[in-house]
This record gives sequence, C-alpha cells and structure tokens, in this order.
Amino acid sequence: MPNGITIQKHGGVSFPILTEPIDEVMVIERATSFTKRSIKKQSKLDALYKCIEMIDLTTLEGADTVGKVKQLCTKARFPVTSEFAEELARYKNFQPIPSVAAVCVYPSMVATAREALKGTKIRVASVATAFPAGQVPLKTRLKDVKDAVSAGADEIDMVINRGAFLAGDFQTVYDEIIQVKEVCGSAHLKVILETGELATFDNVRLASEIAMEAGGDFIKTSTGKVAPAATMPVTLVMLQAILDFYDRTGKIIGMKPAGGIRNAKQAVHYLCMVNEVMGSMWLTPELFRFGASSLLNDILKQIYKQFTGRYAYDKSFSLD
Amino acid sequence: MAGLNDSNLQIAKTIKLYINGAFPRTESGRSFPLHKFNSKKIYANLCRASRKDLRNAVAAAKSAQSGWCNRSAYNRAQILYRMAEMTEGKRNEFVETFVQTLGYSPERANLEVDRAIDALVYYAGFADKYQQLIGAVNPVSGPHHNFTTPEPVGVVGLLCREEFDFSHMIAQIAAITCPGNSLVILLAEEGAAVLAPLAEVFATSDLPDGVINLLSGFTSELYEHMAGHMELDSICFDGKNEKIRARIKEEAIHNLKRAIVKPQPDFTLEHILAFVEYKTVWHPIGF
Amino acid sequence: MAQIKNTNNVKINSDFKFEYAPAPEATDMVKIKKQNKLFINGKWVSGKNNQFFDSINPATGEKLAEITEASPDDVDRAVKAARKAYTGQWSQFSGKERSRYLFRIARIIQERSRELAVLETMDNGKPIKESRDFDVPLVAAHFFYYAGWADKLDYLFNGKSVRSLGVAGQIIPWNFPLLMASWKIAPALAAGNCVVLKPAETTSLSALLLAEIIEESGLPPGVVNIITGAGATGAALVNHPDVNKIAFTGSTEVGKIIARSTVASQKKLTLELGGKSAHIVYEDAAIEQAVEAVVNGIYFNQGHVCCAGSRLLVEESIAKVFVHKLKRRMRSLRVGDPMDKNTDIGAINSKNELDKIKKLIAQAQIEGNEYFEPELTSIPEKGYYIKPCFFNNVASSANICRREVFGPVLAIQTFRTPAEAISKANDTPYGLAAGIWSEKGAKIHKTAQALKAGVIWANTYNKFDPASPFGGYNESGWGREGGRHGLLPYVEVK
Repeated sequence: MPNGITIQKHGGVSFPILTEPIDEVMVIERATSFTKRSIKKQSKLDALYKCIEMIDLTTLEGADTVGKVKQLCTKARFPVTSEFAEELARYKNFQPIPSVAAVCVYPSMVATAREALKGTKIRVASVATAFPAGQVPLKTRLKDVKDAVSAGADEIDMVINRGAFLAGDFQTVYDEIIQVKEVCGSAHLKVILETGELATFDNVRLASEIAMEAGGDFIKTSTGKVAPAATMPVTLVMLQAILDFYDRTGKIIGMKPAGGIRNAKQAVHYLCMVNEVMGSMWLTPELFRFGASSLLNDILKQIYKQFTGRYAYDKSFSLD
Repeated sequence: MAGLNDSNLQIAKTIKLYINGAFPRTESGRSFPLHKFNSKKIYANLCRASRKDLRNAVAAAKSAQSGWCNRSAYNRAQILYRMAEMTEGKRNEFVETFVQTLGYSPERANLEVDRAIDALVYYAGFADKYQQLIGAVNPVSGPHHNFTTPEPVGVVGLLCREEFDFSHMIAQIAAITCPGNSLVILLAEEGAAVLAPLAEVFATSDLPDGVINLLSGFTSELYEHMAGHMELDSICFDGKNEKIRARIKEEAIHNLKRAIVKPQPDFTLEHILAFVEYKTVWHPIGF
Repeated sequence: MAQIKNTNNVKINSDFKFEYAPAPEATDMVKIKKQNKLFINGKWVSGKNNQFFDSINPATGEKLAEITEASPDDVDRAVKAARKAYTGQWSQFSGKERSRYLFRIARIIQERSRELAVLETMDNGKPIKESRDFDVPLVAAHFFYYAGWADKLDYLFNGKSVRSLGVAGQIIPWNFPLLMASWKIAPALAAGNCVVLKPAETTSLSALLLAEIIEESGLPPGVVNIITGAGATGAALVNHPDVNKIAFTGSTEVGKIIARSTVASQKKLTLELGGKSAHIVYEDAAIEQAVEAVVNGIYFNQGHVCCAGSRLLVEESIAKVFVHKLKRRMRSLRVGDPMDKNTDIGAINSKNELDKIKKLIAQAQIEGNEYFEPELTSIPEKGYYIKPCFFNNVASSANICRREVFGPVLAIQTFRTPAEAISKANDTPYGLAAGIWSEKGAKIHKTAQALKAGVIWANTYNKFDPASPFGGYNESGWGREGGRHGLLPYVEVK
C-alpha cells in the first residue's frame, strides 16, 4: 500500500486519505470469534426479526423479468404466507413478521419495483454504474445512475473503479464516486468496493476511506458476482473504518455486506459483530443491510422453529 | 651485569588483573605470592582481587556483552581463531609458566597448550553453526511462522576448578564466549600465574574490551559473592568441592541465574548449550 | 429512543438492544465424586491420614467436592510406584510402545473433550469457550505431539543418544490445570520417565479426570501417579530422595523455594515461573488488531497467565487513539458466569487470588495511577469476579508496573523511540514473553532480537502450540516446555 495518499477535491484543495494497515491473521481471528457466540431464545428471535428488517431483498440476474421482480416485491412486503402467519399467531408473544428494508434490482426493473411497492416503506435500490464490472465509460455509468434515479430508485448501489484502484489511481476512484453522488441527488448512495477483487485487507480499508470521503452513504462489500463475496473479516475491516471515520468526522456511514450470506446463523453472527464492534444502536436498516436473496427464507424457517419447536420444510415458504 | 642474572636479584613479576581490556592492580592493594613448584621461591606476586574488583569486572562484562553478541557469528569465530593463533605465539610463555609453577614436564605443558589451541579452534568453528544444530522452525497449527533460536545467556561468572586444568578452562572460555556471552573468570589459585600470558592473548586478539575479564584471588573469599551477584546471568563451577557447588546453587537462586555445576565435556555442542537461552518468535503469515 | 449523534444528518432512532440471553453449557455429563481419592500405582487409594480439603467452584463460591490431602507417606507410595514402574517396565518398553500409549491417551482426551472442558470450567472458573476451544484441544494436541517423539528420540539430539532420567516429580498451577498437566506428563513419558504429578490445590478435579483417562488407556500402573494436596504435599514430593527430576510451574516465589530445597541434591530442575511481559505497540502497527492482541494478552483467562502482556508500551504519537480504542474494546467484554458460552472473562480462581488482585488495584489507585474499568460492565454478586481494568501513564517505578498481578490488570506506559521501548520492556527481573506490533519487518526483527524474553509474539499474542518451545529468561525460570526443546529437560545425553 503506498504511503501518504492525497486526493484533490474539486477546486484543487488536497487532503490526505487516512488509512491503517490491517493484520490479516488477527482480523480473521477476531471475526471468527463472533461465530462462537451462542444466541438463544428471545435474543435469537429478536435478532432474526431484526435481520429481516435489514435485508435488501435482491435479484440481479440476466433472466430477471417483470413478473419475477413483481413476485419478489410481494415477498418483500409479505415475507410469509397468511397461512404461516396464522399458524404462528397461535403462539404466545408472536409478533407479525416485518417487511424487508429494500428490494434491490437492475435499473431496467426499477419502475416495476417502484410500482409494486407503492404505499409501503420498502425502498427501491438499484445497482447502477454498469454493474457488476463497471467497465464502460464514466458517461455511460452516470447515465445508468440517472436513469435509475429518475425511474424512482431510492438507493443506488454503485461499483468503484477497481481497475483504477489497483493501478494506484485513487484520484479517479474518488472523482467517480463524487460524480455518481452528484447524479444521485437525494437517493442514497451505497458504494460497492468489490472486496473480492481488491485482494488484501489493506486495500479494503483504503477503498473504504476513499468511498466515505467521497460521500458514500453506505459502503458495501460486493456485487455478489465475484467470489469471495461478503465475509465476516472483510465486513469487520469496513466496520472499523466506519467507526474511525465517525470518530474523526462525526459522519455516520452505513454498512452492507452482500453475497454469500445464505443462512440465519451467519446473519446472526454478523449481528453479533456489529453489536460488539459498533454497539447495538447501529443495528438498524438506516445503518446496516444484508444484500441477500435466499437468506430471508432461512430466517423464516428459524423463526418457525423458535415458536413451534419443529423444523420447517421448504414448502412452508414461497420460493420468492 | 652478571649480578642481574643472579636469581636473588631478579625482579619478581607482579601479575595484574585483566578488567575491561586494561591491566589494573587490585583496588584493595592486596597481593599474594605464588611459589615456584615445590619451592619456597616466589615465582610472582599476584593481585588478590577484592569484591570491588569483582564488581568492576562484572560491570565491564555487562557493558561489553551486547556488543559482543551483536557481532556477526563469523566475526566471533575469527576472533576465537585469532586467540588460538596468539596462544600459539605465546606457547613458550605458557609452557614456562606451567613448568615453573605447576611442575609440569615440558612435554605435558606443550600438550596442554596444544589442547587449549584445539579447543579455541573447535569453538571458533562452532560460532556460526551451533544455531543451525539447535535452532528450529516449528510447525505450529495456524498461520504463523514460528522459530526458535539459541541466544547467549548473557554475563557468565566462571569459577575455575580448584585443581588447575588449563585446557579445560580454555575450552570453557571458548564454549562460553562463542555464542556471545561475556565472562568474568576467577582463576584457580594454583594456576593463577597463567593470567599474565592469557590476558595478553585476549588483549591482542581483537577481542572487544570487557568480553573476558580475568581475576586472581581466593576462591573461598569470592565465590559466594560471585554466585550471588545479581548482574550475572549464569555461574559456572565444575570443581569437586560439593559444599562450594551447593552454596553456588543456593546463592544463584537470588536472581535465578543459571548455575552450571555439572562438568561439561570439552569439544561438544552440549558445552555451548549450557550457556544459551532459547528464544521463540511467532509471526503471522498473511497479506 | 436513542439517537446517534452525527454531522451528516442521518436520522437514526434505534432502541434495539441486542442482549444475549444466557447460554449456559450443560453440566450434566460431568459426574463429580463427593470425595476424591489419590491415583497411585494404577489404583484409586485413600490418603493415609484420611484428610480432605474442599474444592470450590469460583463462579458461585460453592463447594464442588472434597479432595484428599496426600501426606508424605502417600507421596512416598507414589514415588515408589513410579520407581517400580520405571525400572520394571516403562524404561524397558520400546519407543513404539510408549508412543502407542500416548496416542491412545490423546484420542481419549478428544473423545471426552466436552466433559473435560465443562469440569475444567467448573473447577477453575475460566470461560467455557476457552476450556472448550483452547485448553482441551491443546491438551490433546500435546499428547499427540509427544506421542510421535517417543520412538524418535535417536533424532532428538544431533546424532547422540539420550536416556531418560527416572522419576519426575511435577507440580502444576491452577491457571491451566489440564493443559499444564499435559505439558508435564506428555514429554516426560515420551522420553521414558515415570511421573508423580501434583495439581494445584484449588484445581485438582480435571487432573483426577485425566487420571481416569490414563487408567482407561491401559497405561501400566505407576507410570503416572496423580496425588492431590497443597504446599506440604508438593514439598514432600520435591524433597523425596528418589525423585530424579522436578518440573514446576507456578510463582517465582515458590520456584525459588523449590530451587533452594534441591540445592544439595542431584535432581534436575525446570521452572516455569512468573512474568511481567511487555507488549510494545509501535506507531506503524495495525492498530485495531494490536488493540485486539493487547486485550487478548492481558484479559485472556482473567489475566491468570504467566506470560500475560501485563505492561503495554505504546508509542506516544498514537497513545491517545490507542487508549480510546482499547477502552471501547474493553466495554464489549462480557464478564460473568464462566459456564455461559458468551462469557469472555470468567471467575477469578479463588477468594484468595481475588483479594490479592483487589489489594494490588487498591494500592495502585492510592498511589495515584490513572484507573479505568468499563463503566457499565456488571459482575455477578455471587462468586469471585472482577472487572478488567488498566492503569494509564504508569511510572516505571510503580508497583503496578513491576509486580506480577496475575489478574486482568494492565499497566500502560508510553515511549518515544524503539530503544526506549526495548529498554523499558527489558526493565524487569522477569523475561518470559513480549509482544511487538509493527508493520515494518526489520523493526520487528531488531526488536525481537533485543528483547530479553523466551517467547516473542510479533503481531500476535498468547499463541501456544505443542511444537513451539515455551519458557523464560532470568527470573521467569529454567528450561523450555514444548517442541523438541521441551524434551531436553527430560533426557540426558549419553
């Protein structure tokens, strides 16, 4: 990692990017420690409900259709069938299953999702900037963002220019985020670092700093199209960057691990991590999201088990 | 001029101490005579080192130790080898000393010098090898590089055997200094005359000042103070006297200095290893 | 509703409190006998004087069991059994045979790992996650490691053959009861010695369970004898004329007493004693991970660790930030019931130790040192608990900076140059361990070279492995345990 990175703001003022070296082995050790937490009973239920509220329910396939996105939006509004809800309602202390935080789709599907989610608090997020590679001219990427915003996206998930980053051209990475942010207007900006391509934790930390300095509202691990996607250690490094940035600037930035979080147990471990590193006040959809698709059903299964004592089968839940 | 050759008029040597590369007299102003073998004639007067001399010698050894162990092993080897060469150069003086004060035959005296030279050469060659024989890279479970290296124990006090044994003493000196220890030596009374040629060897072998310090005096007067000295990291006495051994072990406990009271065989790795500590370093393996 | 103050106008109203419900490990698979006998010559025998003392669960202060106080006669019986087993059998066995027994013991330890972990936590007070994930797996690993050495001793010492010593008397502390038993027994047996082992009086139970496992393994009677008792029992073992080797882990104070009592004998002696190990954090360190290592270094096992990083030396330029982050991290430590799977810091092993720690903390406060403990952390009312804490800006001459506390108490100092860091780190009669944090390789190596300590953890801390030698310089002891070097104190070169 180069020393003394400075970035020029628009208008020519330079400022240093403060970053920190990361020891890979110890980060993995600490992240692993959260997977040893044993979350039981009411605290498990609380955590599972909270997880649902923080999900960006996602479909990002070439095969996505209007029909598929509509179905996903229904699932986002009503994660469980009424039959399921009625069964669980018989149990003491059952609380209605909340809806997810957002639905995340390609720009071409934003209008469909917007329509399907009308009248709900569920937000529409869209991956813009020529997701997932971002390898088109900036002009085209900005147009992509503009289209998504005007189609009604509340949130834009952009990808950073990994090519520029790995070539050491941090100024370009910064400038592009600034420009995307401008185009976003009032839409929230999540900056995807694509940590799987950044290869080292030092890079993840540096990219996090650049993304936050450039005005990202959230930083996000991955597109889900590159392995490895979100991991606990990578998320830990980003959370610590967020905390340091908050200490330094008073600005509060959100975190979104995406890709690879498929079951409730994993999600609860993430919650433990946020809880212990940041404090439980950070466990809110304004500050933490899971980018996931199959996670929701696994959480529902676990909720079913918590109330009934029986393991649910897949048929209890709609596929999407 | 003939009168000066008359033994009655010869100037008796006064052999001084060797501390920090210099030849001071004892601060105590005391001396003791060393007689020629089976004779009432004085061979030389020797300084009777005091506790304060001991303290000075330890201080010198202490300040010289880190510089000595930070020399490259190759350089320490060169200096030990140089000591062998200088011993060869002073062969006649050593022989004369042994013949005169210990009653050795010239043959035996020469053999002693031969063996001493052998020991210096042997340990010179070990200075850059013993680490490879006893060091280790340890296969720990997990992403860590883990290695163990021997390091000199530090400052060593050497009380020589009551019965003077020159070549063994040189082997001890070589084995102890080879890994980077510094030394304070109290010579056995009966062989203390060797201090003169030996100090000259050390003084002319590029050995840094203070690495080896030589004291003459009475073991009975000084050994407990040496064993109890808190700045010494190790104390060695492999003489026969059980009482002295036990007292040394006991006094050593004040700072848990390593008390080496079992004779270490000459020309072995084990002899060096009696004067090393093992340091194990862990470091993560990651990007 | 709580608000997180921020300058970028994010509205956060979150009153979600993520409290972890109690998650106690089940204890029903552990059967504790009301009265416990001695394991001598492969049999469970009563003490000659029929005297007992109580073993207390430090998490509750309640009595767990009665333990036999072995008398000098009992010690003599045990040593005789070991001698008989040594001359009659064990020393005649081939390395391969010895090896097989050790492998078998290792395997049974793995199979009964849950039981061992739960019992260890009940008797010692350490968090179940540590006994489960650290102590017991390492115990098995130790037996596995040395099992493999038993038939390879010809390769141990550079082409020279070695021989065993005879009967080893081994005395272990209460901080890692089982682990210390394995550190002692496994290399001794691999090298061909027989053993009389005495656990610490507050933590006898897991050693007695280990005796059961040894019995189950079919090891010939007398090869390992486990006798319980306090200082007097230990003294009888140390002073027994037919013991060839004493291995002790414990305080420097007791180590010196033991050393004194073996002065007139030919007994070989190894000592693993105390420490006041320094943890150096340079300004170019990976700060977050260094904080983690410092926390692990001093609060692991309630700070009952001889190599605990009890002195933090942090470079002045980052001291403020570092202490800020350290405080934040300490606030997330969970102190409480050691049997709860989410507990990070369990109970102090005994009332006696707790009082000692409290006294040292109180004294350091009176002396005007800057004290910190996590404000909101609560501790159970029953049982022996204390909050993790540190003293900041401590003078090198302060008692808290020099004396081993053996508890979760850290002393923090700053430095300005590497040379100052090194000289402060070495400014102690001890020399067990040290930590270094820097991202600069050359600096790590130079610092590691200059530190007078037997174990250097660079960019990590409190790592242990059966293959890695462990032991201290100066007043931290004599000899090494672990690795190839850990066998050397149990053999003589022929």
